[in-house]
This record gives sequence, C-alpha cells and structure tokens, in this order.
Amino acid sequence: MSARHTGTGQAPAACQRRYDVLIVGAGPAGMAAARAAAGSGCSVALIDDNPAPGGQIWRDGPGERLPAQARSLRHAIAAHGRIALYASTRVIAAPAPHTLLVESDESDESAMHLQFRNLILCTGARELLLPFPGWTLPGVTGAGGLQALVKAGTPVRGERIVIAGSGPLLLAAAATARRHGAHVARIAEQAPLSRLTRFAGALWRWPSKAAQAVALLDGHYRAGSHVVEALGDERLRAVRISQGGRTVALACDRLACGFGLVPNSGLAALLGCPLDPESDAIAVDALQRTGLPHVYAAGECTGIGGSELALLEGRIAGYAAAGADDRAGALAATRARWHAFAEQVRTTFALDPALKTLARADTPLCRCEDVPLSAIQAYPDAWMARMPSRCGMGACQGRVCATAGRVLFGWTRSTPRPPLSPARIGTLMLDENGRS
Amino acid sequence: MKRNRAGNPTVNVLLDGSALRVPAGISVAAAMAYSDRPFTRRACGGEPRTPFCGMGICQECRMTIDGRRRLACQITCREGMVLERTP
Repeated sequence: MSARHTGTGQAPAACQRRYDVLIVGAGPAGMAAARAAAGSGCSVALIDDNPAPGGQIWRDGPGERLPAQARSLRHAIAAHGRIALYASTRVIAAPAPHTLLVESDESDESAMHLQFRNLILCTGARELLLPFPGWTLPGVTGAGGLQALVKAGTPVRGERIVIAGSGPLLLAAAATARRHGAHVARIAEQAPLSRLTRFAGALWRWPSKAAQAVALLDGHYRAGSHVVEALGDERLRAVRISQGGRTVALACDRLACGFGLVPNSGLAALLGCPLDPESDAIAVDALQRTGLPHVYAAGECTGIGGSELALLEGRIAGYAAAGADDRAGALAATRARWHAFAEQVRTTFALDPALKTLARADTPLCRCEDVPLSAIQAYPDAWMARMPSRCGMGACQGRVCATAGRVLFGWTRSTPRPPLSPARIGTLMLDENGRS
Repeated sequence: MKRNRAGNPTVNVLLDGSALRVPAGISVAAAMAYSDRPFTRRACGGEPRTPFCGMGICQECRMTIDGRRRLACQITCREGMVLERTP
C-alpha cells in the first residue's frame, strides 16, 4: 500500500499509521509484549478498548491500587518513546493484508488503518455466561463482571451479594466486593470438594498461587453448589441455590455468576488463525507463533492460564515478533511450568453437565433479541438458529449466546464477520488507502 | 472540582435531561447505579436491563453518550457529559 502511495506521489493519508509490531489488547500479555518488542528496537502500537491499559486483571478505577508490577509496566509503556498507546480503541475489521481497521471512542477523527509488519494478538478472555431462569434481571451480573463494575465505581456498600459459578475468579470477585463494603452471603462453586482438595494439595508447586489461595479463603465458600434461579420482578430479590442435593433460597441484592473463562479468539478466527478445536484458544507454538505468518498470540486468548503465564507469553511473543528468537526461547522452561498450572485449573473446574439444563423453555438465551431457549435448541449450530429466530443477530453478535450454545448444545464455532463490533458509518467508509 | 459531603471530588452528568452528581473517575455504568432508575436500556419486551458483563462484551450497557452510541462500562464520566437511554 505504501508502494502505491510512492508510485502516485501521494502522501499517506492522516488516518493511516504504520508500525513494526501492532499489539491488540493491553492486558498483562500485551503490555509485556510491547515492552519486549520496543526494547528490541521495534516501533510498537498497543491498542485496547478500555480507557486505560491493564486488561481485566489490572483494571483501574477510583479507590483501586494496582499491584507494583502493574504500575511499573504501565509506567514503562507510557515512558517508552517507541510505544504508541491507543486506549478506548477497538478493532473493527481486517480490510487488507497487514492492516487492521480500528475505531476510537475518544476522538472525532476516530477511524484509522493501522499497518504492521508483525501482529500480536493479546485479546484475553471473557466470562462464560450461561443462561438460568432470571439471569436477565437487574442485579444479576457476571462474577468477573461484578468485580469489574465495582472497580469502576459501582457502589455495593451494605449490599448482600451471592457469588456463583466456577473458578478462582469467584474468590477474587468476593474479595473485591467485600473490600468495597458488600456483605458476601455465599460463594457457590460448582466443582466438587474432592477435586478442589486435590487442587489445593498440588498448589505447593506454584507458591505464589498457594499464597493467593490462602489470602482469598472464605467461610462462605461452598463446593458442589450451583445457582438454580434468580428471583425478582423489576430487580433481583433472591437466589435459589442447589447445595448438597437440596435447594436453598437466599435473599440478596446482587448475584454475580460466571462459569469460568473462554478465550477471545474472534479476531484470530476472522484473520484465519487455526484454533484449538475443543477450547477455541488460538493455537500457538513455543515462540507464540500462530498458524499464520506474521501473526503471534499470547495470554488467555491462547488458553486460560492466569496473569503469570500471560506475562511470560507476552514477553516471548514480543521478542519473537522483534526477531529476537534466542531471548524468546530462553523463557520456554518457565512457560512450561505455568502451563502445568493452567492444566490443573482446567481439570479442577471442569463444568458439571447439570449446568447445561438450568435454563427453562422461556428463559432468554439471546439477551439482545430476547430469544427464548425453546425457539433455539432444535438447531444444530448458531448459524441455523440465527435465521429463523434472530438469536445472535443483536448487538453482542453472539459473543454471549453463541458461546453459551456451544457449551449447552455443542454448536460448532461460528467465525465472526466484520464489523467485529458495532461501528460508525464513517469508519466503515474508510477505503483501503485510509481515506474517508 | 466540586466535592461531595465526604470531601471526595464529584462530576455532574446529564442523564436523560436531569442532572446527576457522581464521584469523579467512575464509569458511566457505575454512575447509573446512582440514578433513581438505574437501568441502561430496555429489552425488546420492555424490561429494564443493567450492565451485565462489565467488560465490553455483552452490550447490555449501551447508551448514547455525548451523542454517540457507546458502552457505559468502558467510558469514564466527565463533567457535563450527556447520557441518554433509548426511550
């Protein structure tokens, strides 16, 4: 594209910028990748749809104090002359090779083509949100969702909160809510006690994780327990929880329910990167290379493994994308140790099949278009369900419902189409030379 | 910058035409919890919906913010910001 500009004597359009390395996602993986690539001499662009870098785990907000490691990485990125940070910026499409179309929430001149030699996907993970009766009531959120909302200033002081679902995130969400003055009435973990005990027994291999687990221990934690129903009219009033074969009702102001994490691999799928057929994680090799030349991936989008692994993979990808393969390769042994931890988490918190039958015929599966389960479950995949029912045709573009359908009914993975997020007309009208 | 009774800084936003004072630095999604009618949108069937995923995925918190369709969970409140819900 630049050759064409030179050929016709045109200067590149203002809304087109070029970098050695473009990184999508400014969580731990993306930040570590940016520092490694820029430190190896590359010009780097780092984009993220949130207002500040840090990702979900290092989310900033009023009254939040980030860990020292997060603050120092953030400072290093802000101070680095070769790293351009684009906050509040999301990827809309991949209009040409080595080019992403992005849109910013901040400025009016908001659409841009970012061109790159190498791309690193650090798109993280989202919560697995499964339908149950009452899950659309105000007061019901994801578990990590509640944590993010509280960190961003949602007041919960004096509220009674039930946390349910699965995974280490439940304890972290409880700790955040409690720090902000909430009363956590119950933490319902679906995994059975036997598996949690085995997991705890293996934690000595990762001392920092064992210390975290001890710090988060909670007397309201129940294993083998899951949400049955959220009750209320205009707002949540109570939750019914299954616990040891019987169902109990708990009065509460909020229910935070998340069933673990799923990789955000939509952009990778759009680009054509091969994914793991089971987990939908982006498949990568020891140097974080995807199946596509010039495209790397690191962090939770390559498999759920926590921030320690994400930081390591980010460094490996940053070095590899900068051509410093020897420095990348030197980190392989530590990476393997954290992969083993990720595998422990995966097997410990594997979902009970009973969770697939929580929704009733009239429970909305597609929250955007209000499509009930009864209108959808007969179809073999998200695409077939979409045509007659409108499931997945709303604003979230199936990120919630098609993901749930994949778990509930074994739907095949649906490859997203551009625009990847709702976008403005002006953005879509930017032509391939970056002119509107 | 104005402060609330506890001495913390605040900002004023305009929600559906009415002034709403909220702590400085919070997201628009968080600011909605300070409103008398704390929902962000109405579903196809008319029921109120509130922020759900908290991280820019589910689109339940979409609102018109300073004239543009944006996600309330990813926007920080600023003085004078105009917030509108679809009626």
